[in-house]
Amino acid sequence: MSRKISEEQYRKTRSYRLARWLDGTKDPYVGEVEMRPQPVPKEENWRQRELRRKEKRDMLTHVYDIERNRELKAFRIAYQAVSVAFCLFLVLMLLIAVSYLPTIGHPENPANNEVSARYIENGLQETGSVNIVTGMILDYRAFDTLGESHVLFIATCTVLILLRLDGKKGRNARDVRVEDDSAHEPENDAVLQLVARILVPPIIIFGIYVILGGHLGPGGGFSGGAIIGAGLILFVNAFGFEKTERFFRASTYKKLSVTALGCYSLSKCYSFYTGANHIESVIPLGTPGAILSSGLILILNICVGIVVAGTMYTFYAMFRKGGY
Amino acid sequence: MTVFNCILLVFLVVCAVSVSLSKNLLNSILIFMSYSLIMSIIWIILESPDLAITEAAVGAGVTSVLFFLTLKKIHAMMKSDQEEDERKDE
Repeated sequence: MSRKISEEQYRKTRSYRLARWLDGTKDPYVGEVEMRPQPVPKEENWRQRELRRKEKRDMLTHVYDIERNRELKAFRIAYQAVSVAFCLFLVLMLLIAVSYLPTIGHPENPANNEVSARYIENGLQETGSVNIVTGMILDYRAFDTLGESHVLFIATCTVLILLRLDGKKGRNARDVRVEDDSAHEPENDAVLQLVARILVPPIIIFGIYVILGGHLGPGGGFSGGAIIGAGLILFVNAFGFEKTERFFRASTYKKLSVTALGCYSLSKCYSFYTGANHIESVIPLGTPGAILSSGLILILNICVGIVVAGTMYTFYAMFRKGGY
Repeated sequence: MTVFNCILLVFLVVCAVSVSLSKNLLNSILIFMSYSLIMSIIWIILESPDLAITEAAVGAGVTSVLFFLTLKKIHAMMKSDQEEDERKDE
């Protein structure tokens, strides 16, 4: 049985507040936090300004007068002595700790246990990946890599919160200054544009190669994504944001990263479910060495690569002009 | 190979010390970049090419670009910028 509630009652419910918060029509700070406008700097004529500066200078010279201020002199000497002593102590402790470490490559080392032996002996059969490292981080330890991707995603969210400049709301003087700063960039640098035109396609193709060949040789999603991101940053530097906004906007990044992270989580859920319940996975491992092999690893690599490339580019755009 | 290793390691220590001792922030970032490059060569010698690729792309590439941008934002990139700011303050 469903019943209608009045507008007044609906306004008090939690779902209404959640809907408003999702829409962005509700500011959680309004009415909750005491807000005060920034103090406006007082107008002063040049005479007052000179007087204030002189007072400050006199005060500083009086405080930092080494000749007379004995306390400061003693403090400086003690500070330097203590810092040197602390550094020496730290170096000594670290060297003593290093001398107790086991020798490199000794078969009796605690690192050489049955776990690494299992990875080396059965890795190729179980994961289908020629590159044992990729097989480890995207199959045996895929949960860690999922966490790393989410860490990157959360880092981007934090950078967005801190550095994003909202164009619609009122701009204060600082925002305008930031915009002026980006207007001073050389707009059509012929040398940079020529170099970018030659270099950007190979860089991005190399990044795609590194992502797709992650299970066959050195490489993988993270490094390939970083290479693609670097190529995109070079492209932006040469041709400006108008050219990249044709194919890469904030909404594109949002869709791409959410899709990639969701795809990663879903495929990993599947393999965790089958693995924990000893069900045979329907995804074929393929012949080791072929490009379409090693089950889910290729898909996971592509997902991680998309997230990392978008994150690198978003970091750059946020630092450069606070939004794109 | 041992000699080459030793040269690289000495370079690494020199780079790490000179990053903190350099007065110019731009120079520190460039030295930091070369530190990452030497580190990636050392990763190749230690037979981990995966890490070498990541170190070269992230350490030498993207991190340095973000550092440059930050320096530009705080107007520490060029002498003329700083002087202009000081003049504006006065």
